[in-house]
Amino acid sequence: MRAMTPAFSASALRVALAGREVLQGIDLSLPQGRWTAVVGPNGAGKTTLLKALAHLLPAQGRIELLGRPAREWGSRERARALAWLGQGQEAGAEDLRAWDVAMLGRMPHRPWLSAPTAADHASVEEAMRRTQCWDWRARPLGQLSGGERQRVLLARALAVGAPVLLMDEPLANLDPPHQADVLALVRRHVAAGGTAITVLHELTLALRADDLLVVDGGRVLHHGATGDAATHEAVQRVFAGRIRVHALDRHWVALPDA
Amino acid sequence: MNPADDTLVAGSAGSFPGRADPLLEAQARRVRWFAILAAGASALLLVLGAAVGSLGWEPLWDGSEAARAIVWDIRVPRSLGAWLAGALLGLAGALAQGLFRNPLADPYLMGSSTGAAFGVALLLVALGAAPGTATGAFAQLGLTGAGFLGAMAAVLLTLVLARGVQHTLRLLLAGVIVGVVFGALAALVMLWEPEVLRAMQAFLLGTTGLLGWTGALLLAAMLVLVLVAAVALSPALDALALGESAAASLGLPLASVRLGLVGAIALATGAAVAQVGLIAFAGLVAPHIVRSAVRPTHRALLLLSTLAGGLLLLAADVLSRWMLAPRELPVGVLTALLGGAYLLWLMHRRAA
Repeated sequence: MRAMTPAFSASALRVALAGREVLQGIDLSLPQGRWTAVVGPNGAGKTTLLKALAHLLPAQGRIELLGRPAREWGSRERARALAWLGQGQEAGAEDLRAWDVAMLGRMPHRPWLSAPTAADHASVEEAMRRTQCWDWRARPLGQLSGGERQRVLLARALAVGAPVLLMDEPLANLDPPHQADVLALVRRHVAAGGTAITVLHELTLALRADDLLVVDGGRVLHHGATGDAATHEAVQRVFAGRIRVHALDRHWVALPDA
Repeated sequence: MNPADDTLVAGSAGSFPGRADPLLEAQARRVRWFAILAAGASALLLVLGAAVGSLGWEPLWDGSEAARAIVWDIRVPRSLGAWLAGALLGLAGALAQGLFRNPLADPYLMGSSTGAAFGVALLLVALGAAPGTATGAFAQLGLTGAGFLGAMAAVLLTLVLARGVQHTLRLLLAGVIVGVVFGALAALVMLWEPEVLRAMQAFLLGTTGLLGWTGALLLAAMLVLVLVAAVALSPALDALALGESAAASLGLPLASVRLGLVGAIALATGAAVAQVGLIAFAGLVAPHIVRSAVRPTHRALLLLSTLAGGLLLLAADVLSRWMLAPRELPVGVLTALLGGAYLLWLMHRRAA
């Protein structure tokens, strides 16, 4: 692990939603330049944790982004440092063209109401080509299939050009080849010095990350490298022994335990 | 590092070819065409509106002073005012649909329509209104003020009940509740003082017949004000379409944006309702007309919905004067019929 400020650090992080304490005192330190996958059973608080890290929820406790406390970040400045990709919230964007959606990622970089610059155009095109959705840039989001739409939303997040990428189920609705493409994108982002935090419920895909953060019941059970036996142990434990992690080829796969 | 890395890093790099993109240009062209057509049709209808009177189509100019007065003091401000009120409603409709992220949202959603009705009913009772007295210039100004204040009061009450603008869904529910309660109160007033019923009916159905120059100028000033605010907020509406989390992650101050939107919708709707009463459907339909033709981002959507709303209400106004001349149809009945028929057609086309 490198000796630099962590991308995120949090201590005693608590979040209550509708009176229920979803995160119950989380301490963590997520390193820069690595890809961390957050895994855990349904309702473990994975999405809430990701939102709290992105400063999208009122949270108690201390959160630092790139070594600075959350409250010291201006909202636009934070928006340039941290890109967020949520899941299934874009119902109002049916009429926006794919290109318009991706261009929204440039919002934190543009003066309000100004026309996009050549640099904005270039970033959007690059992001859309990387997620292979450039060809339908003129089609409205409402006319795209779930997987095509996901690639456009991903392009929107990439167009921000932020060093830290937070993604909630980025592989949802994607077919296997495009899942592999997105994993490759994340890998390239990290290889170039960026940081990625993804919530992935598909364990075999999560095992492609550098580190796993195993979450259950609003607490962190384990945080360790994906190759470690201790991490596999924690994953098997959190799913009550119903799955087992196997080595296959050079990958790790998680399979239901018969 | 994960040993699976090298299987993943094989990806394709992007390339950056030239600038002008015909696929993307098509949209801008459609926006321009829509704007030109809607503005042209509006201008044409304004001329028609000045020429259609109680005897149907009349020559615009026969040289007499009386004809000049009728055209200049009655028909021109009425036509202009109808366009402006429709424009405000179309704009407010597009803003409301963006704020609530719901294509069925209309500008009356936060209770402003029945709030205005209640205000007008109260004032009519206070004036002891026989229909005759309610058409005087002073009473007219008072009614406009009462309508506007009623609409503002309803929206403020909605804001209070929703405990601010943090939750759009709560805002929506509070608006529905306030709308129902003020509607019931207005009905109660009418039940107790049946003599205001006739004067109220014109208001409830929506009428462009009472618009004068003062009203038209007020509407114009309000349209400029709200349009500036709307255009300033338009990028935020695009971002909001992606969901609140995504919008917040892009650095948008959501609370101030929502407050600005609510304020703009309330002012636009209040001004329009105060002048022309409860025009049905214009605010709901105008943005749909635009979307079925263009699907632009919000900046263009707001501007085009303004044009479409103005065009719609002016067309309805001219038709209402011309169809049964010398009798006049309440314009709100026409917008309800036209707007309803259009929505129905849209619905069946989409379902097919």
